[in-house]
Amino acid sequence: MIRGYRTHTLWVAFLLHRISGMALALFLPLHFWVLSYALTAPETLDGLLRWTDLGIVKFAEFGLVFLLSVHMFGGLRLMALEWLPWTSGQKTAAASAVAASTLVAGVFFLRAI
Amino acid sequence: MADKHQMSVSVWRGAAAGSFQSFDVTMEENQTVLDVVAWIQQHADPTLSYRYACRVGMCGSCAMMVNGTPRWTCRTHVKKVLVDGHMEIAPLRNLPVIKDLATDMDPFFDKWVAAEGLHHPTQTRHDPIEAIDPASAARVEVNAGIECINCSVCYAACDTVAGNPDYLGPAALQRAWSVYNDSKDAGRQAILDAVSGVGGCHNCHSQGSCAVHCPNELNPMNAIAGLKRETARNFFRRRAR
Amino acid sequence: MTFRLYMVQRISALIMAPLVLMHIAVMIYAIQGGLSAAEILGRTQGSVLWFLFYGTFVVAVSIHAAIGLRTVLSEWAGLRGTALNAAAWAVLSLLLILGMQAVYGVTAT
Repeated sequence: MIRGYRTHTLWVAFLLHRISGMALALFLPLHFWVLSYALTAPETLDGLLRWTDLGIVKFAEFGLVFLLSVHMFGGLRLMALEWLPWTSGQKTAAASAVAASTLVAGVFFLRAI
Repeated sequence: MADKHQMSVSVWRGAAAGSFQSFDVTMEENQTVLDVVAWIQQHADPTLSYRYACRVGMCGSCAMMVNGTPRWTCRTHVKKVLVDGHMEIAPLRNLPVIKDLATDMDPFFDKWVAAEGLHHPTQTRHDPIEAIDPASAARVEVNAGIECINCSVCYAACDTVAGNPDYLGPAALQRAWSVYNDSKDAGRQAILDAVSGVGGCHNCHSQGSCAVHCPNELNPMNAIAGLKRETARNFFRRRAR
Repeated sequence: MTFRLYMVQRISALIMAPLVLMHIAVMIYAIQGGLSAAEILGRTQGSVLWFLFYGTFVVAVSIHAAIGLRTVLSEWAGLRGTALNAAAWAVLSLLLILGMQAVYGVTAT
């Protein structure tokens, strides 16, 4: 990887969007698999849900909610850039997306702990 | 005579396979990276291959990677890029290397043509000249990209070009957008089709490296967003029929 | 990525935006006082609305993620042609099957 010129705001936004998408895509099969126990073996599901009492798991959940939020807000910013008339202030929009996501994930975390 | 400092300059030698060769160059008070490359070829190693023409920031021929960033070397002062007395010069990224610092610009220009950024006439020389209002929205859009001199800096800066050899790239797509906004053009659908293929505008991730690095301060990302907007609008319009 | 994939990606994203907001809101509500199977099922079991909600969500996300990963595999892993499309279909199938199993699991009676 060539160094030197990547670290500008919109490039970081791109990387965050890509990494969050990949992380969510990798998380989903696990998420679906756990939930599918609801019908066949609810006790197993309960057992797995007990893990969510752990502080570290709550923090991981906060991370996931943050990644989902930032991926969505970032994606909406991109669609506004592409499909709505051009506005400057893309960097501000990108920063706002991160801020909003932190807020949403923060609310989740405060409710969780 | 004042005490002159030396700087160490790593220059790419070879083609796709090769290595960096180190030169010690005397620092001058006012010196561009192009001055350094020229000095090396004239005084240290005559076998060094590189390109330049105007040396005043008009033609774009001297574009190279300086410390990993694509720049016009004639407009890059050494003092701005030197890190601890060292600097690295390499050929432009995303293009095949012919030798040393000279790249093969063919893929860049092939894509320029493939993006259909050419005028499709509606009239002949015998028709009256069509009046175009310079303040019209479309004309303003055209103006935004018209200063492109095909230097390939944006093409070198783009990571999507790096990851996708089919991607037409920011410059070619910006030119397509400029031509698309020419109200005299008869081939607008042809342009939309040309930029909707495998290497088309929809590959762009809006990273914005093109706009950040363009020495003419153009914004291909904006132009590509325009193309996406038009192709999407076209898509929905056709669906509605 | 061809134009059609781009449009499907964008449209699935727009479909999911309100679903995501709703999902996060429900989660913020649901995690209060801890999670349990009984609590989840109490909300979702036998509900046609939740089936439609999460069913739509699963279909949309399976398509969206498959196209997204396809792009990443192409740009960062250099996959092309048959291998690339096979990987994309595999992602789509995996998410769709596991996802619908989960939807069925929480809504079936």
